[in-house]
Amino acid sequence: MNTQTTIAGVTFKNPVMTASGTFGSGMEYSEFVDLNRLGAVVTKGVASVPWQGNPTPRVAEVYGGMLNAIGLQNPGIDVFMERDIPFLKQFDTKVIVNVCGKTVEDYVEVVERLGDEPAVSMLEINVSCPNVKEGAIAFGQKADALSHITQEIKRHARQPVIMKLSPNVTDIGEMARAAEAAGADALSLINTLTGMKIDIHRRKFALANKTGGLSGPAIKPVAVRMVYQAAQAVKIPIIGMGGIASAEDAMEFILAGASAVSIGAMNFVNPCTTLEVIKGIEDYMEQYHVENLTELIGAVEA
Amino acid sequence: MKKKQTAVVVSQREAASRIYDMWIETDLAEQARPGQFLCIYPRDKSTLLPRPISICEVREDGKALRIVYRIAGQGTAEFSGYMPGDGIQILGSLGNGFPVDAARGKKVLLMGGGIGIPPLLQLAKTLGGVTDQDNIRIVVGYRDAQTFLKEDLERYGHLYIATEDGSVGSKGNVMNAVEDNGLDTELIYACGPMPMLRAIKRYSEEKGIKAYISLEEHMACGVGACLGCVVKTKKVDSHSHVHNARICTDGPVFEAEEVEI
Repeated sequence: MNTQTTIAGVTFKNPVMTASGTFGSGMEYSEFVDLNRLGAVVTKGVASVPWQGNPTPRVAEVYGGMLNAIGLQNPGIDVFMERDIPFLKQFDTKVIVNVCGKTVEDYVEVVERLGDEPAVSMLEINVSCPNVKEGAIAFGQKADALSHITQEIKRHARQPVIMKLSPNVTDIGEMARAAEAAGADALSLINTLTGMKIDIHRRKFALANKTGGLSGPAIKPVAVRMVYQAAQAVKIPIIGMGGIASAEDAMEFILAGASAVSIGAMNFVNPCTTLEVIKGIEDYMEQYHVENLTELIGAVEA
Repeated sequence: MKKKQTAVVVSQREAASRIYDMWIETDLAEQARPGQFLCIYPRDKSTLLPRPISICEVREDGKALRIVYRIAGQGTAEFSGYMPGDGIQILGSLGNGFPVDAARGKKVLLMGGGIGIPPLLQLAKTLGGVTDQDNIRIVVGYRDAQTFLKEDLERYGHLYIATEDGSVGSKGNVMNAVEDNGLDTELIYACGPMPMLRAIKRYSEEKGIKAYISLEEHMACGVGACLGCVVKTKKVDSHSHVHNARICTDGPVFEAEEVEI
């Protein structure tokens, strides 16, 4: 049985990754998860300088999921290169670094700093975080802005570029096509859906930021639909995510057209979710006598 | 070593209105320190995130932990229905805990308010090993005469009580009880609602006394990855190199002067 999957020339031992922002750089979860077994670790977003993030409360629970408005708190590229990269180098897994910024120049600076680092296999560009006011999502909600930043990043990137798309758009196919036409090597989706929760007893917003990104099993059907629509719209590979809690969930994304999947909020619920999904995908392949995982990508029938 | 496991409920009783007192059999007890907490996961999958609940007491044989918690919502309401023998999903033991050695030979005040009182029990027990029991003064504030954990706390130090309605001890809060009883101290440990912790921070800074306070915040991962539960800090934090320490991992116990609350 072969669970390998290849995205933009990078081969992963299995299709299971960690969704950016839910797994740090793997350090905190390495007490529970053997990182060597993961297809890839996708890091928390890294900016050119440290970001303070939003005020608290930053997280709230909602039915079947959660809202977050962390605001991309991160130590910046200097600390990331000194601390997180050497940590990740110890493991036999692929490293995808998520890059965030407020301006095109911010993104480019981080992308260039990572360019000489062979331990970084791919870059994932966060143009879809709903929780920071400048940059980020401003690039991800209009096709022409997405196209512009994709082109700029591609001009400077040494590694293949994944554009992480926002679900908070009218036509995901249009956004996927814009990124592909601008040179993106792959897409990942979905980022969180913008949501809100109100504490009726205190008559206050549950989050200090008022709005936050909805994640968790509640969003899975939306995510599967969008991955399918994006896969229909483009030829570049897709990393699918959004509420994956089990191998069955992961298989839906793969059948919808994802070449790989990421586990996000469910890491918080069960730190070993990634490992259970890997095992479950193997069981699925055995049950249906599938020799190569790649046979299943986009294999849903009408 | 942090572990996620299914532990077993040994006993449970209602200690006060909506406050439950549960013993859980778990090998995490062996290394648990006062001020650390467990993440407890509801079975109901519509409520996904773990509930951070402080460790109240460690059984002498190191094989069971006690938690005393308030029903705050759906998750804790579910826990309150657990019966002896039931499984309970826990992740622990989390956080840094109270620095016990700081109290060596010193006169200390342990201050707790409401559902912040439980972690003071194991703290008082442990402090007995580093300072004279006469030096351990425990000041706790309740809403009314439902003084849960009173008998337990009395065994490990001098207990002073404040109640909001004045039915037991000093009328008012823990600060009123400190004043009424003329309590001076060389060190403070505290856990409770934010207004109480702010008052203690001010008091400790005015008097030049070191205070360790245990904070709480909404959490998602409980292990320091999601950056959901941060507190503003005076110094640059070790993780993100900004001024936001993670309550779950760098805390929940902080030196009062180090945090902006």
